Amino acid sequence: MEAFGLLLHGFAVLMTWKIIALMLVGLVLGIFVGVLPGLGGPNGVAILLPLTFTMDPTSAIVMLSSIYWGALFGGAITSILFNIPGEAWSVATTFDGYPMAQQGRAAEALTAAFTSSFIGSLVAVLLITFLAPLISSFALKFGPPEFFAVYLLTFCSFVGLGREDKHKTVISMSLGLLLAGVGMDTVSGQLRMTFGSSDLLRGINFLVAVIGLFGISEILLTMEERLALRGHAASISLRVVLNVWKDLPKYWVTLLRSSFIGCWLGITPGGAIAASFMGYNLAKRFSKDPESFGKGRIEGVFAPETAAHASGTAALLPMLALGIPGSGTAAILLGGLMVWGLNPGPLLFVEHKDFVWGLIASMYLGNIVGLVLVLTTVPIFASILRVPFAAVAPMIVVSCAIGAYAIQNAMFDIWLMLLFGVVGYVFKKISIPLAPFTLALVLGSRAEDAFRLSMIGSGGDMRVFWSNGLVGSITTLSIILLFWPVIDQAFGRVGRLWRPLKTTG
Amino acid sequence: MSNSEIEIVVDDPTAPEADSPAVTDTRTVEAVVCLLLLGLAALLGYDNWRTGIGWDSTGPQAGYFPFYLSVILAGASLYGLVATLLTSREAAETFVTRAQLGRVAAVFFPTLLFCLATQYLGLYVASFLLIAGFMRLIGKIAWWKSLLTAFIFTALMFVTFDIAFDVIMPKGPLEAAFGY
Repeated sequence: MEAFGLLLHGFAVLMTWKIIALMLVGLVLGIFVGVLPGLGGPNGVAILLPLTFTMDPTSAIVMLSSIYWGALFGGAITSILFNIPGEAWSVATTFDGYPMAQQGRAAEALTAAFTSSFIGSLVAVLLITFLAPLISSFALKFGPPEFFAVYLLTFCSFVGLGREDKHKTVISMSLGLLLAGVGMDTVSGQLRMTFGSSDLLRGINFLVAVIGLFGISEILLTMEERLALRGHAASISLRVVLNVWKDLPKYWVTLLRSSFIGCWLGITPGGAIAASFMGYNLAKRFSKDPESFGKGRIEGVFAPETAAHASGTAALLPMLALGIPGSGTAAILLGGLMVWGLNPGPLLFVEHKDFVWGLIASMYLGNIVGLVLVLTTVPIFASILRVPFAAVAPMIVVSCAIGAYAIQNAMFDIWLMLLFGVVGYVFKKISIPLAPFTLALVLGSRAEDAFRLSMIGSGGDMRVFWSNGLVGSITTLSIILLFWPVIDQAFGRVGRLWRPLKTTG
Repeated sequence: MSNSEIEIVVDDPTAPEADSPAVTDTRTVEAVVCLLLLGLAALLGYDNWRTGIGWDSTGPQAGYFPFYLSVILAGASLYGLVATLLTSREAAETFVTRAQLGRVAAVFFPTLLFCLATQYLGLYVASFLLIAGFMRLIGKIAWWKSLLTAFIFTALMFVTFDIAFDVIMPKGPLEAAFGY
């Protein structure tokens, strides 16, 4: 119960007007970016990151994670009211959410979505509260070989479990790792891959790349599509909320199953998108009446939303405990930690108790405040969509540029951001996944350091990665995961649940 | 329930036509990207080889780790190139249609100009020009609305970043005239 005491301490850290105000601002901004087309969780967090540069780490992380919760909530609004998933993980929510809105049950669907988001996050936060300290204290015993093995596991599971073409994931990941190495080598002090450029000397900043890849490229992609929309405006009355909540216990199996799927996929780098589809498909499969799905069944909203949020939240668990982000957004938060001068990894729980427990406590508080906020302000946010994209797009571009420049005060970074914008646009269109790239870029130098330190320790003997039971089993598991598709085929249909099945919406 | 509902309708008059001809297909783009990545891998691989990919007394040299990564990148891009060339031409999807490309260019080039303007005029002036110009010329929004929005947004950014949060942005002659 040590965790409980520390959690209470975390709440005590949070209970200042300044932090509560920042949380509200973060949530509002988050819902805003979640609702706007062409902006999402990772973009929003990346663009707004510069706001936090001069804050202390605790205020900064509270604000950023609130943006993240807000974006998760916001995605549901457009899916249900306009049939436009603001985020990829909200796609499954449109299957039943939009039909409900068409039947005039928009308020009910929104309440269901927000409530299940809340439940999903809550389950994941509970998991983090009790599991993260254990994992991190375990990880304190890790040496460089163990850390390298864990990084290897992360990368391999992306390749093996990802839904994209394997070679595309490998391209994205090796490119990220390579670019992470540009600049001064941290071990020997030698310059590499700079080609005599003084701008490349600093290296390629992770956040600049993220702002370009997600922010700028998303605007280019959004412009390609027809931006006309037609939907319903709805306000939520207390009576509807209570009615939906009264029925909640009936769906406990669905909620629990989706939370579990979400937590699992969030910790392993599978992501919220896979989780939401899987949650939906399983709810449909186990339902007594699968035909009614897709026609406005409330369970079809509960299942994907719970899973998406559980997964989005659980992705923070490996980030906190091991310094390995489980999702793109978690990777950006990790980049933030480094900007604020914190060293992500298991030591965080020892050296920065206030910060970690403040963050965990803010997950509870942020979700409760977020739930109340979205339930009461839906009509306002829905009407944001009336603002023409021609006004929103240039503002996003400016925000991206401010974000990119602020990180290192370098004009070069604004150009780099533009370049990454184009790269991101092309990569997305030919379905080279960006998440492995992001992860590789943020973990690259630490993975390399871990590798080289292990090599120095062992005198260049690769067998160091099998030198004891722990590191040996992680390394072996990584290799199994890398070749998982092959093994999977051999074992037949066992792995079918790993991929979201194509569903007819 | 239904009387509390208002329909929200937003139109997009400049939307790209659905039947616009394709400029290029994904197959071509994939092949080009794979070639470019192959070139990049070769370039970075060479640079790392020059740095040193062997081992010395302190362990692997600086180029060791990135060199093997460029080998992996080269391998994966080569595989991608071959796989793309082997797929049938019919299976390829449209990468971008002409109308879509026009719209993308309508955002990309203003953004490019904005970056240039930031370099010489400072970020805030560039931001004002981008927002006002984009809203008016691309979005066909009334002049006064465009100018007002641009001014308010830029001023808000200035107050938030330069004054409230001490995040200093690049400045140009206009800010200098006001003493910033």
